[in-house]
Amino acid sequence: MERFGFAISKGRQIDYDANSRHIAGYISEREPSFRVCIECGCCAATCTTGNFTSFSLRELHILLKRGENESVRENIKKCMLCGKCTLVCPRGVNTRNVVTLARQAFQKFPADAV
Amino acid sequence: MEKHVVVIGGGVAGMEAAGHLQKSGFRVSLFEKEEKPGGHLNDWYKLFPDRRRSSEVKEYLDKITSEDGIKIITGSIIDKIVSDKNQFRISDKDGKEYSADAVIIATGFDLFKSERKEEYGYGIYDNVITSADLEKMFRSGSIELADGRIPETVGIVHCVGSRDEKVGNLYCSKLCCVTAVKQAIEIREHLPSSKVFCFYMDMRMGGAYYEELYREAQEEWGVNFIRGKVSEVSEAINNKLVIKSEDTLAGKPLKMQVDMLVLMAGMEMSEGGLKLSESSGLNKGNNRFFSPADHHFGSNKSNIKGIFYAGTCTMPMNITETISHARAAVSDVIDYLKDSKA
Ligand code: SF4
Ligand code: SF4
Ligand code: SF4
Repeated sequence: MERFGFAISKGRQIDYDANSRHIAGYISEREPSFRVCIECGCCAATCTTGNFTSFSLRELHILLKRGENESVRENIKKCMLCGKCTLVCPRGVNTRNVVTLARQAFQKFPADAV
Repeated sequence: MEKHVVVIGGGVAGMEAAGHLQKSGFRVSLFEKEEKPGGHLNDWYKLFPDRRRSSEVKEYLDKITSEDGIKIITGSIIDKIVSDKNQFRISDKDGKEYSADAVIIATGFDLFKSERKEEYGYGIYDNVITSADLEKMFRSGSIELADGRIPETVGIVHCVGSRDEKVGNLYCSKLCCVTAVKQAIEIREHLPSSKVFCFYMDMRMGGAYYEELYREAQEEWGVNFIRGKVSEVSEAINNKLVIKSEDTLAGKPLKMQVDMLVLMAGMEMSEGGLKLSESSGLNKGNNRFFSPADHHFGSNKSNIKGIFYAGTCTMPMNITETISHARAAVSDVIDYLKDSKA
């Protein structure tokens, strides 16, 4: 059969109401400093991982808060927990704990990771 | 003989100026277009950043303007000032004339008319309201949707009528970011189970304790901040409002439904101020506010000797700045009348 190569492309739009923010909730309950991130990017700028791979802790924060969990799930494994980001964050976010809790949450609630 | 100073506009700036002129030994006439003085202060609930009741500031202003030597003329719209050999002839809409040795203009600001941003649906959708409407709800003690239900999700749109070439206002109104944060906290206070989302372009929290209030909103009240200007609002079949913006920090377009949308209306030169500028030859800037003689050394001086400005008729200011600016205008009047031969 002739294949025309049509496909339904998945929308890029964040559908806020359809997304689950269970993982973000899990983190902010246990690490309230997660809430005060202002997305300045200082953590991502200093991060060695981010300088060699496509990984940004800042982006990870925002995606979790919007419930765009799918791409975070794999990406978050790249963090080495070195703690450099914690040293530079102007809002005092305990970034290392955010990463640790996010990894925990992804293991506990695999269904929310999509 | 006691010199007579006319103050046009009985809001915060005008009342503060009148009080200080009286203390400095002048006879003062304070003209207010509404039936009572106080200006926008009469419409607000609590003030940022410490959330003191606006009525407290009003009480202070009432007190300083109730002294002997201050005449308050309400319901009077001044529409022309003519300068004539160190004297000023001031006339109101009904042709009544007054004379003065010096004039302070304190005609303040008008809130941007949000129906002009049609894409946000103010005046079209029942549950799209303005920051001023929300203050009224706070004052009445109940935040309700048009059909009487309690909103569960509330969106707040920053920069409505400010920083927007489409409406001819390039400037930032300076106070709406902190107002949004204050109101977001107050919504959460009144409705603890609600969720609040602020859609902003930049968080401009440049005032004492503004940034701290922003942090408090995140930390203690769980207010959500989404960086992106709302492009359009529509109504869904369930009566909810559908918001479209880009989440610029996630780099993706975003859509969500809210029960209520609050528009942070910006500040514009008041209509009364515009008319006065036309009729009396007072210079305006590109932003249509009165243009002070010098932005650094003469922010109270106009292009006409003996006519001074106080407060938000020159640019957006908060109450603290307005009060300082009004006091500075009085100091200019003292200087001017000391030197003048009148
Ligand atoms: S702890 Fe992780 S995110 Fe932070 S700097 Fe180190 S590798 Fe980067
Ligand atoms: S440095 Fe801190 S505030 Fe800035 S993006 Fe990273 S976590 Fe957020
Ligand atoms: S203060 Fe904030 S909301 Fe107001 S115009 Fe400026 S940036 Fe926009």
